[in-house]
Amino acid sequence: MLKFTAEHEWLKLEDGVATVGITAHAAEQLGDLVFVELPEVGAELTKDGNAATVESVKAASDVYSPLDGEVTEINQAIVDDPSLVNSDPQAAGWFFKLKLKNAADADSLMDEAAYKELIA
Amino acid sequence: MDDHAVLKTTPLNALHISLGAKMVPFAGYDMPVQYPLGVMKEHLHTRAAAGLFDVSHMGQVIVKAKSGEYTDAALALEKLVPVDILGLKEGRQRYGFFTDENGGILDDLMITNRGDHLLVVVNAACKEQDVAHMKANLEGCDVTLLEDRALIALQGPRAQAVLAELWAGVSDMKFMDVREVPLHDVPCIISRSGYSGEDGFEISVPEAHAVDVAKALLEHPDCEAIGLGARDSLRLEAGLCLYGNDIDTTTSPIEASLEWALQKARKAGGDREGGFPGADRILSELANGTTRRRVGLKPEGKAPVRSHAKLFADADGATELGEVTSGTFGPTVEGPVAMGYLPVSHATAGTQVFAEVRGKYLPMTVAALPFITPTYKR
Repeated sequence: MLKFTAEHEWLKLEDGVATVGITAHAAEQLGDLVFVELPEVGAELTKDGNAATVESVKAASDVYSPLDGEVTEINQAIVDDPSLVNSDPQAAGWFFKLKLKNAADADSLMDEAAYKELIA
Repeated sequence: MDDHAVLKTTPLNALHISLGAKMVPFAGYDMPVQYPLGVMKEHLHTRAAAGLFDVSHMGQVIVKAKSGEYTDAALALEKLVPVDILGLKEGRQRYGFFTDENGGILDDLMITNRGDHLLVVVNAACKEQDVAHMKANLEGCDVTLLEDRALIALQGPRAQAVLAELWAGVSDMKFMDVREVPLHDVPCIISRSGYSGEDGFEISVPEAHAVDVAKALLEHPDCEAIGLGARDSLRLEAGLCLYGNDIDTTTSPIEASLEWALQKARKAGGDREGGFPGADRILSELANGTTRRRVGLKPEGKAPVRSHAKLFADADGATELGEVTSGTFGPTVEGPVAMGYLPVSHATAGTQVFAEVRGKYLPMTVAALPFITPTYKR
């Protein structure tokens, strides 16, 4: 199941674990990324709290945690090569995996149709 | 308040929009921050080929003595800047700055000897105040802000080849030369200078012809339109100051490591020693040094360290030293680059300091400026 937030993140949900990244729309708005800082594995994130930082040539931007949960895995590939977020934001450019505190919380997020309407 | 309702536009505004630029407010103008190419590729293109920048927001000002003599205009302006303007040859340009009574910097500017008058180019955000300052203090001179001219910068190793399509004589110009030349019968004033660290030109064009000249230059396959985003990363790699960030009224020219801009005639023992605002402090600092200096800073990691990041002597953040004044990612350097102020005890190249970024203390090394090798045609 694919969900989206108003902060332009996507979540792919499987067995209570969300793979989280930023949307193609967000990646395009940010421009070429030159630096990515990810949370540590084991970090407890809270909904709307800081989860990661991305930087373009021009500016730094925060990436917020879409839900409460614990980080179980991070994508080192985007730390080594931030341009992966621009070239493949909704697959190879994923940020981290979050084991959700309450899997049902994801129900309140947007589906793809609602997100497309938001950015239209 | 709707910012866009009060923003001014340059003569190239419609051209930027037709090229797909992302427009932002800058110094009261609606300006292109980037085009569809994006900041990274725009920066690299300028260093590899040629970039065209709209800098029409900057102030172009004529200073002419009522006597009609260049000498009188030059001596009047020397009362406001610590630069040798009398000794500037006709058709030559020089960098300078307006200083205040405390030895701080009011604005930085380019000054050209145009034969019987001076052409001065000042920063957009300061131009009203600069014109008022000159009108109030340049005795016996008429000061006129040119409201009907665009300014187009053409920068990069292919800039000469691009401009040569419109004027073959361009190859005779050297760095800081200024010529009045018709481009497609449009009378333009061309200087061989810029703000990127590359060879290049700034072209003053009557506003009615600005779009034609810009389009003619952009027709060349090596020339791309470049926004303010890349302009900033280019100038930072080149070690050039941005007024308001790296220099302002709280920094003296010597603290800012700009002593190279003061010629012999205005220094101690020179023909026209002092005689500018803040001369006591500035000449004293030239002789005795300052407590802090503007330096290049190279972050050791990959994270950009941006303006206002605090600098410390140690990795615990115990001893604060100063602040970063400009910082970004340098696409040509392929890593983060910055400038800031440090006490002279920590200002030697190779010294390690620490910058506070998001609660961490990141190591940086004091580095020689510029970060790239300039390609000026001297």
